[in-house]
Amino acid sequence: MTTIALERLDPSSRAAARGWSDLTIRNVFIIPTIVFLIVFNIFPLLYSLGYSFTDFRASVSAPANFVGLDNYKRLLSDPNIWRNFTVTAKYVIVSVGGQMIVGFGIALLLNRAFPFKGLFTTLLLLPMMMSMAVVGLFWKLLYDPSWGIINYALGLGRFDWLSNPDMALYAVAITDIWMWSPFVMLLSLAGLSAVPKHLYEAAAIDRASSWYTFTRITLPLVAPMLLIALIFRTMEAFKSFDLPFIMSGQPTTEVIAIRLYKMAFQEWQTGLSCALAYIMLIVVIAITNIYIKYLNRVKER
Amino acid sequence: MRMKMTGMLAGISLALSSGTSAFAQELTIFWAEWDPANYLQELVNEYAAETGVTVRVETTPWADFQTKAFAEFNAHGDAYDLVVGDSQWLGAGSEGGHYVDLTEFFEEHNLAEVFVPATVESYAEYPKASGKYWAIPTEGDANGWAYRKDWFEDPEEKAAFQEKYGYELGVPENYQQLRDIAEFFHRPDEGRYGIALYTDNSYDGLIMGVEQTIFTYGGELGDYETFQVQGITNSPENVQALEMYRELYQFTPPNWGKTFFLENNQAITEGLAAMSMNYFAFFPALANPATNPHADATGYFVNPPGPTGAHHAALGGQGMSIVSYSQNKEEAFKFLEWFIREDVQQKWAALGGYTCHAAVLESEEFRNATPFNEAFFQSMQIVKDFWAVPEYAELLTQMNTRVYPYVVGGEGTAEEALDGLATDWEETFKRYGRLD
Repeated sequence: MTTIALERLDPSSRAAARGWSDLTIRNVFIIPTIVFLIVFNIFPLLYSLGYSFTDFRASVSAPANFVGLDNYKRLLSDPNIWRNFTVTAKYVIVSVGGQMIVGFGIALLLNRAFPFKGLFTTLLLLPMMMSMAVVGLFWKLLYDPSWGIINYALGLGRFDWLSNPDMALYAVAITDIWMWSPFVMLLSLAGLSAVPKHLYEAAAIDRASSWYTFTRITLPLVAPMLLIALIFRTMEAFKSFDLPFIMSGQPTTEVIAIRLYKMAFQEWQTGLSCALAYIMLIVVIAITNIYIKYLNRVKER
Repeated sequence: MRMKMTGMLAGISLALSSGTSAFAQELTIFWAEWDPANYLQELVNEYAAETGVTVRVETTPWADFQTKAFAEFNAHGDAYDLVVGDSQWLGAGSEGGHYVDLTEFFEEHNLAEVFVPATVESYAEYPKASGKYWAIPTEGDANGWAYRKDWFEDPEEKAAFQEKYGYELGVPENYQQLRDIAEFFHRPDEGRYGIALYTDNSYDGLIMGVEQTIFTYGGELGDYETFQVQGITNSPENVQALEMYRELYQFTPPNWGKTFFLENNQAITEGLAAMSMNYFAFFPALANPATNPHADATGYFVNPPGPTGAHHAALGGQGMSIVSYSQNKEEAFKFLEWFIREDVQQKWAALGGYTCHAAVLESEEFRNATPFNEAFFQSMQIVKDFWAVPEYAELLTQMNTRVYPYVVGGEGTAEEALDGLATDWEETFKRYGRLD
């Protein structure tokens, strides 16, 4: 039997000063974390994988029957599910695209010294600190065609945002952009502040145009941070539920997470919904992997 | 170590079992968060005074009601002893083993006759015409209409209406008149609109409005006994009814694409619409001047008949069932015995509950108690409901998916929507072995 040699504690650390051994630390911190992870994360994950191959319904007492890949076949041949995926893809592209442009744009504006810069930055971060449900509810009021401030400010009369099937998804995406652009802005600011000043000075000496400076210096150096923001926002937007659920009932805003919720907790098609959850998981992992590969390539450059 | 663990487990189970018996003098009823639940709490306080058994009415918002109740049932939890569940839950509640069979209790107290037959059929019996009962009709409800009496009675409006449509403006006597009146009052420039409808597609809002129109046009959702849907769900009557609902939708206030009881009451309280569809359970708020500035000018009417004279209203309301996993079933039966007493049902009605007790419902006292009780009484004689099979939620989703884009978005035709729906439902019933 091989024993794993544990790294020795740094003798100057507080844990060492209190007389904690490596073993105590393992028992107190690491084992509970692993147990927690297994019980509440890995076990349900595997259990639901098992359910995804059955016709189990949590609402009836009948036992689960093994149906092989039937659930996956049924889902992948269901035009409604494909419509939900299309809606989700559209939502992800519009909302994440918007957030990247707005967030990075604001970060470029903030990346200079001016009075009350700190206060401005903090105020701009407020939307992302709010609860999704609250944001959804008050944007619903802002969009109201009769007395909402958006139509009033834009002079659009009684323009219907959320009841209009063609407009509803964009209306929800605009809300998401408002809420999450600050997140992109924050990461972009971190990236921008790390760009060495001497590069800009060198570009200025060479009389490089501002477009040239932006595309050849700023963008490549901020790109890794932007990609991280992109990964996080894409994953989140793909799983979006709250905003579309609260703001609109249009089939054109029924993203895949809403369909999953209805399938699992209104219709109680437990086996089928587990299969759908796994399809979603695979899609998210695939998209993230593509991004990470790209991120590594950008970093290497 | 093992001995220690066993000892601890034994201790915990002893504590739990003694805990359960300590709570035997308390019952918990689960219902949605709305006024009738508050009235029920007031009512059951009297039971506590009489018997010493405390009854607590626990509530949750409507949007969460179905999910929370079934999550508890599915986990075989004993948090609730009784549940005031939706009529559509009967199939899932009975076939899933979540509800206690009340057939003997029904027979013993002759409840099939004591309560209005339509309510027994809808809130208690499953499968249809089986003679098996699972709930006590508790809160009867039907979809009716509120309207602005002052607008309808305005002499100038009356004259203009007479000139335009050739008959007198009044409470609509059929769906054509309902449509005409909605069109007449639809004046977006003045901030006035014709009609408020249910359009919320997240659960059963839109479906209740559409099915009511279908029943009124002489149509059916399907054969509730044989599960045949082709030719029934997409019958010409149903197509005509759906076209009418779509037409009525043109006369709703702006942004009326996801509306249910709350918005439809607001349509009256905010002076937006001439007529508003809603369940009677929400009308007390309209009759109260504190919540409706137009309370004195608000009238109520029964859903009008359709072109063939068919006259129906969509059923709302709930029945009270004993949860199979309750630790206090005996106590729950005693409570139900108290609840079905005529004097208790009278008190229930006086507090604002919509009793289904035939004698109380038919009494002059009840029918004259509020401006809408008479319309409620009339409606309860003509109620019809959605499918009550365990897979009803799937059927709801399929109907929402097919019908909503046509009604609200104007996509496709009514015929296409209903043909698609018949195919979806047929496929679902085949999957559950109800159709060959």
